[in-house]
Amino acid sequence: MEEEMKKKLQQSAKAIRVDIIDMLCEAGSGHPGGALSMTDVFAYLYFSGILNIDPRDPGKKDRDRVVLSKGHACPVLYAALAEKGYFEKSHLKTLRKFGSILQGHPDMNKTPGVDMSTGSLGQGLSCAVGMALGAKLDKQSLKVFAVVGDGECEEGQIWEAAMAAAHYKLDNLTVFVDKNGLQIDGFTRDIMNSEPLADKWKAFGWEVIEIDGHDLDQIEQAVKKAMDTRDKPAAIVANTVKGKGVDFMEGLCEWHGQAPSEEQKAKAIECLNR
Amino acid sequence: MIPDNIKNILSTEDKKIATRAAYGKKLAELGEENEDIVVLDCDLSKSTKTNIFGSKFPHRFFNFGIAESNMMSAAAGLATMGKIPFASTFGVFASKRAADQVSISVAYPRLNVKICATHTGITVGEDGATHQAIEDVAIMRSIPNIKVLSPADATETEKVLEQVLNIDGPCYVRLCRGSAPVIFSDEYQFELGKGVKLFEGDAATIVAAGFTTHIAMDAARKLEQEGIEVDLINMASIKPIDQQLLMDSARKTGLVITVEDHNVIGGLGSAVCEVLSQGQPARVIRLGVQDKFGASGTPQELIEAYGFDADSIVKTVKENIG
Repeated sequence: MEEEMKKKLQQSAKAIRVDIIDMLCEAGSGHPGGALSMTDVFAYLYFSGILNIDPRDPGKKDRDRVVLSKGHACPVLYAALAEKGYFEKSHLKTLRKFGSILQGHPDMNKTPGVDMSTGSLGQGLSCAVGMALGAKLDKQSLKVFAVVGDGECEEGQIWEAAMAAAHYKLDNLTVFVDKNGLQIDGFTRDIMNSEPLADKWKAFGWEVIEIDGHDLDQIEQAVKKAMDTRDKPAAIVANTVKGKGVDFMEGLCEWHGQAPSEEQKAKAIECLNR
Repeated sequence: MIPDNIKNILSTEDKKIATRAAYGKKLAELGEENEDIVVLDCDLSKSTKTNIFGSKFPHRFFNFGIAESNMMSAAAGLATMGKIPFASTFGVFASKRAADQVSISVAYPRLNVKICATHTGITVGEDGATHQAIEDVAIMRSIPNIKVLSPADATETEKVLEQVLNIDGPCYVRLCRGSAPVIFSDEYQFELGKGVKLFEGDAATIVAAGFTTHIAMDAARKLEQEGIEVDLINMASIKPIDQQLLMDSARKTGLVITVEDHNVIGGLGSAVCEVLSQGQPARVIRLGVQDKFGASGTPQELIEAYGFDADSIVKTVKENIG
């Protein structure tokens, strides 16, 4: 990746992180950990030019689709969409509030730029399978991205979807697996060990690319490899740090679903600005 | 007495067709007219009859294997791409196995998915309780945005499907395994939110839908022979329901008997009670499965054992009128 682009994406990622902290503090509830872990991936998706999307025409037919199957991580999606210009940034302050366009989990009918309503874990990947099938049927060359959590992979429906995507040779579908190793009750390996996770996707017939989910070069190379893959879907297993970028949140399951206080917010933003 | 306006739309042919068979045939016809239609199934296409569409339009037919949850969410994804997915499986799997997917992937975003469930009710028969959907109407009715339709015969199935195509949003169409007499001629027009009165009388109101309509017609005929004339309403549109027709009839008769191949909790009978309790209080007796699981048996044995055969309806009317 060129230095200039990398700098730009790093700035985008930082802006998204600051927005995540800010909106969650304002909301008083929500999920910072799994939003922060996916920030670099979302910065790459929305600001590298890889997605064929247009914020002025959120519903354009041939757009690429992004399905955030782990819907509780929506602050990262909302922040990216606001940065991209889908809606005024002032909306971020209304997250989770009554009447807001930003629901506690993504609602495709309320938020411009959201391609699928998600929140009940395990369903988003199946929806992405339907989208990829629909695109193939119409011979549209659009790409479909889904983002699932490693904890979410405990849902059986993920593997039903994985089977179907391979069966229908959906090479227009790429899934990011946010492998941050934590879920609400603790470490994923203790709650329900899904290892070897990458091997599982491989066994289901997917092209599997394992990366450091915070390394923009690796994200770019993985997406390019996924795009070049033919006749099978691609899974990018992104090793990430839950709460990435905010030192006191990193690697702690307590920050899965807890909003920062004003004081914690100040500390977090100071940390992000360091 | 059969109302005059109904006489000319009642079928004169003496034939029996399962509504699932009518579904399969009609779906293949509609697929010709509308290229956006895609059909999804879960390894039951020979039973749901979607295989007719599948062999005609193989590229628009997707078998998802034995994975109903995935099929339902994938249908939602296809709908976001402008397709009109008909997602088919047995009633038990469409409603119970995939309830969360129907609710969150399909209904919440109000996507244009048509869930067409076959093998509903205890009249599925010999397979027994595990395969008899007696909760599906209750589940689907309580999910916002979904329309619930239960056609009585082959003709009404075809008419319902034509209507369903014109509705932009999720629909649940309840179909049956077993053959039922053809009630309507091709002149019949189904209207969303409307019921039709097949018999007219003052003694009582009988409300039926789906597989129970022809049973209730037998009962109405038997009652008529004994000089008891009833209103018989076929309510294929369970949600939205025809409130006016129900209230007008209840006001006239004061006694309403609902007949359904479903648990009496949450189904047609409950829907009728909800309308009448608010608008036209009347005594309602709900015939159907009395909050029990089903059992193996022939459909006729089960209908009799669970108390919604024609003789049970006749008896209930006679015991409860003036």
